[in-house]
Amino acid sequence: MNATGFGLLSAMTFLPMLGVILLLIWPAEDVKAIRGVTLVTTFITFILSLFVLIRFTGNTYHFQLLEQVPWMPQMGINYKVGVDGISIWLILLTTFLSFISVLFSSYVKTRVKQYMAFMLLLETTMLGVFISLDLILFYAFFEASLIPMFFLINIWGGERRTYAAVKFFIFTFAGSIFMLVGIIALSQIYRAQFGSLTFDIVKIQSAIAQGSFWVNFVQWQVWIFWAFALAFLVKCPMVPFHTWLPDAHVEAPTAGSVILAGVLLKMGTYGFLRFVLPFFPDVIKDQVLPIMILAVIGIIYGAVVAAVQVDVKKLVAYSSVAHMGFVMLGIFSLTHNGLMGGAMQQLNHGISTGALFLLIGLLYERIHTRMFKDLGGLKAQMPIYAAIFLIVMLSSVGLPTTNGFIGEFLAMLGAFEAAFAGAYGLNIGLSVIAGFGVVLAAVYLLVMFMRTFYGPNENPTNQKLRDLKPWEIVMASSFVLFIFWAGLYPNTFLAPMEKSIGAVRMMAINPVGQRPNWDDVQTEIDADGNLVKVAVRDSFASYTSTELIAPANLHFPAPAPVASRPEVIARR
Amino acid sequence: MYDIRPPSVDWSMVTPVVLVFLTGLAGLLIEMFRPKQNNNSIVLTSLGGLAASFFVLYGQLSAEAGETLAGMVLRDRFGILLQMALVGVCFISILFSEGYLREKRIPFGEFYPLAIWSTMGGMLMVASNSLLMIFIGLEVLSISLYVLAGLSRAEQKSEESALKYLLLGSFASAFLLYGIAFVYGASGSVHLSGVVKAWATNHANTQHMLLFGMGMMLVGFGFKSALAPFHQWTPDVYQGAPTNVTGFMAAGSKIAAIGALFRVLSESVELSQAWLPALFWVAILTMVVGNFAALVQKDVKRILGYSSISNAGYILAAILAHVKAPDKIGANTIVFYLFSYAVMTLGVFAVISMNAKDGREGTRLSDLNGLWKRSPLAGGVLIVCLASLIGIPLTGGFFGKFMIFQDLLTADMTPLAIVLAVTSVVSVYYYLGIAHAAWVAEEGATPAESAPMNAGLQVACVTCLVGVFVMGIFGQPVLNMIGGIVR
Repeated sequence: MNATGFGLLSAMTFLPMLGVILLLIWPAEDVKAIRGVTLVTTFITFILSLFVLIRFTGNTYHFQLLEQVPWMPQMGINYKVGVDGISIWLILLTTFLSFISVLFSSYVKTRVKQYMAFMLLLETTMLGVFISLDLILFYAFFEASLIPMFFLINIWGGERRTYAAVKFFIFTFAGSIFMLVGIIALSQIYRAQFGSLTFDIVKIQSAIAQGSFWVNFVQWQVWIFWAFALAFLVKCPMVPFHTWLPDAHVEAPTAGSVILAGVLLKMGTYGFLRFVLPFFPDVIKDQVLPIMILAVIGIIYGAVVAAVQVDVKKLVAYSSVAHMGFVMLGIFSLTHNGLMGGAMQQLNHGISTGALFLLIGLLYERIHTRMFKDLGGLKAQMPIYAAIFLIVMLSSVGLPTTNGFIGEFLAMLGAFEAAFAGAYGLNIGLSVIAGFGVVLAAVYLLVMFMRTFYGPNENPTNQKLRDLKPWEIVMASSFVLFIFWAGLYPNTFLAPMEKSIGAVRMMAINPVGQRPNWDDVQTEIDADGNLVKVAVRDSFASYTSTELIAPANLHFPAPAPVASRPEVIARR
Repeated sequence: MYDIRPPSVDWSMVTPVVLVFLTGLAGLLIEMFRPKQNNNSIVLTSLGGLAASFFVLYGQLSAEAGETLAGMVLRDRFGILLQMALVGVCFISILFSEGYLREKRIPFGEFYPLAIWSTMGGMLMVASNSLLMIFIGLEVLSISLYVLAGLSRAEQKSEESALKYLLLGSFASAFLLYGIAFVYGASGSVHLSGVVKAWATNHANTQHMLLFGMGMMLVGFGFKSALAPFHQWTPDVYQGAPTNVTGFMAAGSKIAAIGALFRVLSESVELSQAWLPALFWVAILTMVVGNFAALVQKDVKRILGYSSISNAGYILAAILAHVKAPDKIGANTIVFYLFSYAVMTLGVFAVISMNAKDGREGTRLSDLNGLWKRSPLAGGVLIVCLASLIGIPLTGGFFGKFMIFQDLLTADMTPLAIVLAVTSVVSVYYYLGIAHAAWVAEEGATPAESAPMNAGLQVACVTCLVGVFVMGIFGQPVLNMIGGIVR
């Protein structure tokens, strides 16, 4: 329960970095060995992340496997890392997708050494984002991930790669530099209140939960909220900050697209769960409506634009905008179901869209086109490919028994719950419109499948197409395994997240005194989602004799603001 | 009749400067006695002398602050740190100069003594509270640089650069001197403590004269540190001067000018506060002009010229935070930022200096194409230094900017922080342009060739690389060295 020095999490995070150093001294001509080293490194990293999963317990909302080392004590910056239910699956997702991407990257032929070095560097920064418990450390990894991604797109990308890479970099950087100002403002407030400088997420949240943080600075809260929210809205991305995404996705090399869709977008939604919900409890309820509206616009807009694309990859890129809209819809319903759905949908999107990009990449390596006009009737040539593609596509649609259904259903459920209760000024109409997004998803994805696999095969090059090789089948079907597992028994994935998600929701909507506190290990979320006080505690997994602080749904459904009622009556 | 007593002198305080001066002299003597020979012995002597001076300075880091030579020379931590930075900058510049000068066909031995004396001028500037001494230091620094800028005599651009620098520079010096004269007229002293006393009298006429004098001095310093609207010379001079001179100028002259500017503003802080609103707009203008004008440039040295302007704006913002809240904010940020700025900008210049070939300069963006293939080390150093200039974390540039943000918010100057944030985003574009040219673009008709990196250049590159990372990852020891300089 106490923080240690460097440990398992650091080993997992910095192992790819070791790989980078190894690659730098390796001769560039030895391409085979370079691929091998990279593959082994990412594989060991994946194994280490499994160890993290084994040592992780879903019985608590607190941070586990804590590691703390002083970094720049004079400025209040520490190297502090840990995992909780919000980050655990994202870590697994990162290590898994990194491994798969490197595996796929055997198709890369030019400048292999640099490519692999950038991939490994990217993995370290992505893992660092999810384990950081210090705002500056988080920001460092968050920003550092831009450099390898910039070069991956810019060097190994498609036709308009430079434009896409620069746009990606500038958009994300523009969003996050204001977050830096917000982070510094938080630390300044902490210093003003407590006399010492800190960027420790746990300490800041603890002060916020006790109500002693914002007390003299309430007027700042909404500004800092938006400084954070903007960074993550760009990263998610939400309309109208999404324009970098189609460009970056389409121009990036396949592995880059997989990582971009699978992990980098999750940094945005992770940021909302980790920072925006817990840190701004006094203003978040007023900001739910604008963000929900953006989410719904994103869902519909993404779907409509995806439906008219002529490029398969671009279609999937725009479908990302729609899917991430569902994630945001779930998170900002601020209901338990919605948050769980949003968190689940994050993983689903990482798996399904990641898999779609991978499959498109496999096809592209064979025929070097992604245009619908060059495709059609591929089912005869590539039956296995078509089968895997169908499953992945249906999971992206959200068919029951696949993972996509679980996430979208829960997220929608949360949005409807919040709207029915009339909470946060939400209207049921918003949720209904979002519901159409699911229908539209079926439209554009099924049409995509139809135009690719059915119809006459008129393209002469396509008539000579070969089906997937065995290793490619193994690689692609590892996604299918997850799709059905999460679709049929989602509890494996939901249960470890439940406590942390419940705590975050209470941090956002409960009043002072009833907020969970990351610092105080004597509080806990029990099996029914109630906030309880622990009398005796041996470890995170077990505790005894509890006393209720706040029932799970004490502050939900929140009543609609009374002031708005007379207005409605008057209009009638 | 007259009781002439020589002032008591603490020689230890002037030792580093004298060492640097003698090093330059030694270099010149070697050149005199061994004309038409290669410069290796001059380089070695120079490096040795600078290293000696550096270690003497380092030894004095914790020494007691004090003044000597009748208040002309001052020793305090701030001054010593900046002097160390200046000596370091000169050291690194000399490391990568010899190869460049040969490739450029201008292997003149006098480069070294001039660069070293220029450094000496900078050292005088940052370690004195006497306005006259600051002026003398500035002149020594500048005159050497005027000559250095024109070192490549056959090139028109170099001559243009030198002449432009000379004319505008002398004009700026005149402003500074004019200001000093007014300050002297009002206070009867050229020492900053006298200025403070004169201001404290609250006598309206005195204060007006001081204000005017201060304004003129700010114009002079503004020119030297390339603050808008006194920045017009920068891109032209940067572009025209030989690359190694530009690198030295960008880092060294900036440190000296900002150091002196900070000292003047900080010592007479109540007087400076009267100029705060104007300086506030100067800072904003500098950041905006520097960053936006750089967007359309095609020459790396010009881009870096504008980048130097915008960085001056960032540092000015930090200085203003200090001037506004002198009790809460010390000089740590400025020293840290100058350190990191010096290593990252020198790193970039060192890398592009290797592009010179057969007398050509090779600093257009397209000349950098294929750099990663020619020298992965140089390409890597370039990426890291550019990332640092952008302000990507785990580099020195990030913590520099981070500390500036922190100071600005502490001093309640949020508008400056916002402008700094927005202009930093703008800067991404042109820095990425350089990275793109070196790592991605290969469309150039003839891929530029360059000589292999020599040992000096390699050492310079690696030093900058290490410096950037040390300041970004192990910033705490550096901060400890800087210490809590709060005045």
